[in-house]
Amino acid sequence: MTRVAIIDSGGANIASLRFALERLGVDSVLTSDSSALREASHVLLPGVGTAADCMERLRKAGLIDTIRTLTQPILGICVGMQLLFEASDEGDVDCLGLLPGRVKRFDDKPGLTIPHMGWNQLEFVERSPLLADIEPGAYVYFVHSYCVPTSDITMAWCTYGETFSAIVQRDNIYGVQFHPERSAQTGSLLLRNFLRL
Amino acid sequence: MRFRDHVVVGDILELAQRYRDEGADELVFYDITASPEGRSVDRAWVRRVARVLDIPFCVAGGIRSVADAEEVLGEGAEKISINSPALADPELITRLSERFGSQCVVVGIDSQTVDGTYQVYQYTGDPSRTRNTARRTLDWVREVQARGAGEIVLNCMASDGVRRGYDLEQLAAVRRECKVPLIASGGAGAPEHFAEVFKMANVDGALAASVFHSGALSIRTLKQYLREAGIEVRP
Repeated sequence: MTRVAIIDSGGANIASLRFALERLGVDSVLTSDSSALREASHVLLPGVGTAADCMERLRKAGLIDTIRTLTQPILGICVGMQLLFEASDEGDVDCLGLLPGRVKRFDDKPGLTIPHMGWNQLEFVERSPLLADIEPGAYVYFVHSYCVPTSDITMAWCTYGETFSAIVQRDNIYGVQFHPERSAQTGSLLLRNFLRL
Repeated sequence: MRFRDHVVVGDILELAQRYRDEGADELVFYDITASPEGRSVDRAWVRRVARVLDIPFCVAGGIRSVADAEEVLGEGAEKISINSPALADPELITRLSERFGSQCVVVGIDSQTVDGTYQVYQYTGDPSRTRNTARRTLDWVREVQARGAGEIVLNCMASDGVRRGYDLEQLAAVRRECKVPLIASGGAGAPEHFAEVFKMANVDGALAASVFHSGALSIRTLKQYLREAGIEVRP
């Protein structure tokens, strides 16, 4: 049975994610309770605010070690994906270290507005189970000023001045830089695919 | 590229879903009388909209504090847009961007030419209270960015509602000062107006209201036109 837990790190904008799950017919609990997270079949880690603020809230909630030892599928969304990596330049903070790499700010380039905010295209070759029924070139909605360079855990990428990781995956750890809950049909498919893992 | 829609008429939920289905990239909900009436946007309908909508949406109307913003974002809005309250308390922009990140803090600016310069107006939702702030638009554009605005919607008042095209000259002038995403507002009446504002003023998005509400132009038709004009749009 699908029992979805959303990690409550005290950020504001969780409602849209819960509503997206509701539209898929899935109930979710918003929780900062370690045992509730361990019992869930799927865990979502959203992020609101800066990486440093998010890490501080997770620390205060006593969730760092819990998250590091979860074995079920975990999906980090936006800043939540960034938290999965070793560290972030945003506030120069150590993150969860579940994935290798460091989060960096977009390179400043003439004519490039930061944050990267809006619809952009996913590119991918190898298929991650998260990408079932999604075609390369599909548009998804991004809002971010920091990004993760591509590496061997990159399952889909996107280009905005530079190429960065849009979807990452290793073992049970998944991350999406965009907002599936605001990415219309493509986002809905991605969430459905995650919940089928 | 994005389009936004400024909803003031009809059944909001029905309209929101119709625009989503037609391919709108983002919706903006303005409660334009909230600030002049000294109140703030109704949280209940923010939640109702968030339940059904799977594209980004922004909410504006009398958001005067971090607490107001927290409630609106907590109900599921993607972004908040502030205009008159930012003019009354510019520090609000800083507080909001520090708390929520600049990406969800949009500053709306109502501007028009006065004595040969662009100047900022406040409380434009109520004609009897609308006032010239004597701030120069280009100065305000620089200031709001320094304070952490993540996006600017420039509404060119003289063009607004006239449907004769965006104010390309003013938008291009603001574009030169604006390093964050800039959204054009005011004046769209035909597909060519959208094409020219993207090409000539290099804006990141174009917002329109009455041209869609009236049924004069559908978003689907518009996007088809733009694609044929060589402008990248989401299907």
